[in-house]
Amino acid sequence: MFKIVDKKTLSPSTKLVVVRAPHVAKRARPGQFVMIQIDESGERIPLTIADFDRRAGTVTMIFQEVGKTTMHLGTLRPGDELFAVAGPLGHPSEIALYGKVLCIGGGVGIAPIFPIARALKEAGNTVLSIIGARTKDLLFWEDRMASVSDELIICTDDGSYGRKAVVTQPLQEILMKEASNIARIWAIGPAVMMKFVCKATEPYGIPTIVSLNTIMVDGTGMCGSCRVDLKGETKFVCVDGPEFDGHLVNWENLLMRLCIYREEEQLALNRWLETTQGVIAAGGKA
Amino acid sequence: MEERRKKLNLNRVPMPKQPPETRRLNFEEVALGYTDDLARLEAERCLECKKPTCVRGCPVMVDIPDFIGEIKKGNPEGALKIIKNKNSLPGICGRVCPQELQCEKQCILAKKGAPVAIGRLERYVADWELHNGRRSIPEIAPSSGRRVAVVGSGPAGLTCAADLARMGHSVTIFEALHVAGGVLVYGIPEFRLPKRIVQAEVAYVASLGVEIRLDAIVGRTVQVDELLSDGYDAVFLGIGAGAPIFLDVPGKNLNGIYSANEFLTRINLMKAYLFPEYDTPIKVGRRVAVIGGGNVAMDASRCAVRMGAQEVFVVYRRSEKEMPARHEEIENAQEEGVIFKVLTTPVRFIGDEHGWVRAMECVQMELGDPDESGRRRPVPKPGSEFILEVDTVIMSLGNSPNPLVPQNTPGLETTRWGTIVADENGRTSKRGVWAGGDIVTGAATVISAMGAGKRAALDIDAYLKAL
Ligand SMILES: Cc1cc2nc3c(=O)[nH]c(=O)nc-3n(C[C@H](O)[C@H](O)[C@H](O)COP(=O)(O)OP(=O)(O)OC[C@H]3O[C@@H](n4cnc5c(N)ncnc54)[C@H](O)[C@@H]3O)c2cc1C
Ligand SMILES: Cc1cc2nc3c(=O)[nH]c(=O)nc-3n(C[C@H](O)[C@H](O)[C@H](O)COP(=O)(O)OP(=O)(O)OC[C@H]3O[C@@H](n4cnc5c(N)ncnc54)[C@H](O)[C@@H]3O)c2cc1C
Ligand code: SF4
Ligand code: SF4
Ligand code: FES
Ligand SMILES: [Mg+2]
Repeated sequence: MFKIVDKKTLSPSTKLVVVRAPHVAKRARPGQFVMIQIDESGERIPLTIADFDRRAGTVTMIFQEVGKTTMHLGTLRPGDELFAVAGPLGHPSEIALYGKVLCIGGGVGIAPIFPIARALKEAGNTVLSIIGARTKDLLFWEDRMASVSDELIICTDDGSYGRKAVVTQPLQEILMKEASNIARIWAIGPAVMMKFVCKATEPYGIPTIVSLNTIMVDGTGMCGSCRVDLKGETKFVCVDGPEFDGHLVNWENLLMRLCIYREEEQLALNRWLETTQGVIAAGGKA
Repeated sequence: MEERRKKLNLNRVPMPKQPPETRRLNFEEVALGYTDDLARLEAERCLECKKPTCVRGCPVMVDIPDFIGEIKKGNPEGALKIIKNKNSLPGICGRVCPQELQCEKQCILAKKGAPVAIGRLERYVADWELHNGRRSIPEIAPSSGRRVAVVGSGPAGLTCAADLARMGHSVTIFEALHVAGGVLVYGIPEFRLPKRIVQAEVAYVASLGVEIRLDAIVGRTVQVDELLSDGYDAVFLGIGAGAPIFLDVPGKNLNGIYSANEFLTRINLMKAYLFPEYDTPIKVGRRVAVIGGGNVAMDASRCAVRMGAQEVFVVYRRSEKEMPARHEEIENAQEEGVIFKVLTTPVRFIGDEHGWVRAMECVQMELGDPDESGRRRPVPKPGSEFILEVDTVIMSLGNSPNPLVPQNTPGLETTRWGTIVADENGRTSKRGVWAGGDIVTGAATVISAMGAGKRAALDIDAYLKAL
């Protein structure tokens, strides 16, 4: 069992948990993730390691409440325990001195982009960052991102904070202005966002790294649920990724595979919302 | 001679089973096991041969006539002691060993077409213990002060760990998943091997003092070299052959196409058949095709039946005769309504506008000359293409070794198939590291993995004593 030692609410539907998992903290590096399972009847879901503290033996995860498991996780409090936390999984980000780099985080993708931006900065890169969300309430970690970026652009879809734009708009402007100066781009966020970022950067030939969020079961390369088509070659996101060259990804297939369990997910959520905890969670939001 | 022939009883006592029409609708165990009387009756058929040929057929050499003799005397507890001397997982082996190819094949009565039902008797003894709870902990040698890390908690790892613990070594198992048992928990379905049986066997191994560390992925959470430098004197790798193989034809990543590993893991390990009480979902359509002809294909097709599919096809490229699955399992599947389409192979999967598989184009095959495996090679019949409408496909084409450990362990030699190179005692090219089970042989059987775990334990023990 893995104890939750801290919990924060970053936005009405974005929460942060700090979990004691020394075996994960010991080796964790930016870009890696864990598989968690809340209780014995729960499902296994992947969450990126947003931060870690080796000395305290803890890892931090930031998640958006989108369905049964993440909403359930959102109701847990310090002192509660998770049934399973396995990791760190996947390959760490390839951090090196590239020159000028661009980090794009969309929505809950701001969480995983932060440690990458920080590591890139520490490696001596000039870090340009764009973070965006649907609306102001969903933005978080502006200060942390600012502290590791030479320049930070913030946008919201509805204009409630920063620029009224989706992240690809400032991206296009940067590309038009100085594409040849940008050595490498990282983009983490909803699959659709990553797809359009890659579409925008492809004509300029700038390597664009994305962290894919396919559906996983074991996270160790055993099931193939997380497979992705890279220009005809099949890879497993959990062991070969999660980061890939976004220009190789078959986004249509990826987006379709993310919808496999839509009906079941809705059913699970509705059923959970009828339970006491669910009522409290839903009430707490309203 | 005349005298003896008269005594031969060639009527194998059948084991009661759930009738097909009932069991198609539940995940409970299909075969119900012998009662005391049925077990005695079957045991009576054993001749207790002086030079028992059956024992030679058992990869761990269970003293078969001796334990059967105890059943005759009405002493299952005595039988249990004898079995446990060689086999610490009898409840599992009695159920899933391919006995017809092993102990029973070598039984003297097999020549008459009615070998003693050794597997069923072994299961009877193990079940007796489960019901009576009279678990006798075997003797454990005094502590040697040596530590061994066992990676993987499948049958190879569990056996190796149990034997080493009995020899007095301090053993830690590292298991990637949140439950111990390997394929026994994530692959083989509940209706063939109830998980409470596996749990009881795992608890037995733990009762010997073995520490089981779950959620620990060697190659990611910890490296083999770290284990060796962190105070473990030896490492045993029993990591199985767990990576799924996909048929490389167009459309293989459409929605509704599963590997057997994913399909079975969702159902068995994550209990998707109890969704929504359990959170893990699964999608089983009305017409399901399982590609392949091994035990895994039989398990997948029988799970699909139980998940409510209307028609389930097993699509296999050779003929029924070449199917690697156990005869008993093929028969069970057929009884449950699974339809066999042999000499057939898919050439592409066809999807709808939302990316869901709707059909597969197949081609018929004929058998040509034998290939390197000795079986006749299937060759496509030109012009025989046809469309099979399906909305779920389960690829059951076998597994390849998961590269996580080899890739992260310098100095560990592997073959071109990715299996780890090890001698008959499990010694690998790396000092202090042993390997056994599916990771060495490729996908094989529970009992052969156990045999490998046993031999490695003996060799590790010798190595530790010489340190
Ligand atoms: C490597 C990786 C890292 C991730 N990191 C984060 C993170 O740091 N923060 C965060 O909020 N989210 C992260 N995700 C996504 C997160 O796993 C899903 O949002 C979560 O599983 C949804 O579960 P649910 O039951 O709450 O919602 P559901 O209603 O069950 O699902 C909502 C959507 O999430 C996706 N999803 C469902 N089940 C799974 C699953 N088992 N594995 C992956 N995706 C699934 C599907 O697209 C689904 O439509 C990550 C995904 C991956 C693959
Ligand atoms: C569906 C199915 C049905 C079968 N039916 C039968 C049958 O009826 N009879 C029979 O005899 N055989 C059967 N088999 C074959 C049999 O199950 C295997 O041969 C046997 O389980 C192999 O044992 P093992 O210990 O080598 O590996 P496994 O049972 O595969 O166990 C390996 C364990 O190691 C863990 N692991 C892997 N990598 C790591 C890592 N890096 N770090 C930590 N842990 C790790 C895995 O999670 C797993 O728990 C079947 C197989 C399948 C898939
Ligand atoms: S372990 Fe398997 S092969 Fe050996 S006697 Fe028992 S059933 Fe037969
Ligand atoms: S060979 Fe058959 S009859 Fe003889 S001891 Fe073995 S099981 Fe009994
Ligand atoms: S999640 Fe199972 S192989 Fe990646
Ligand atoms: Mg869910």
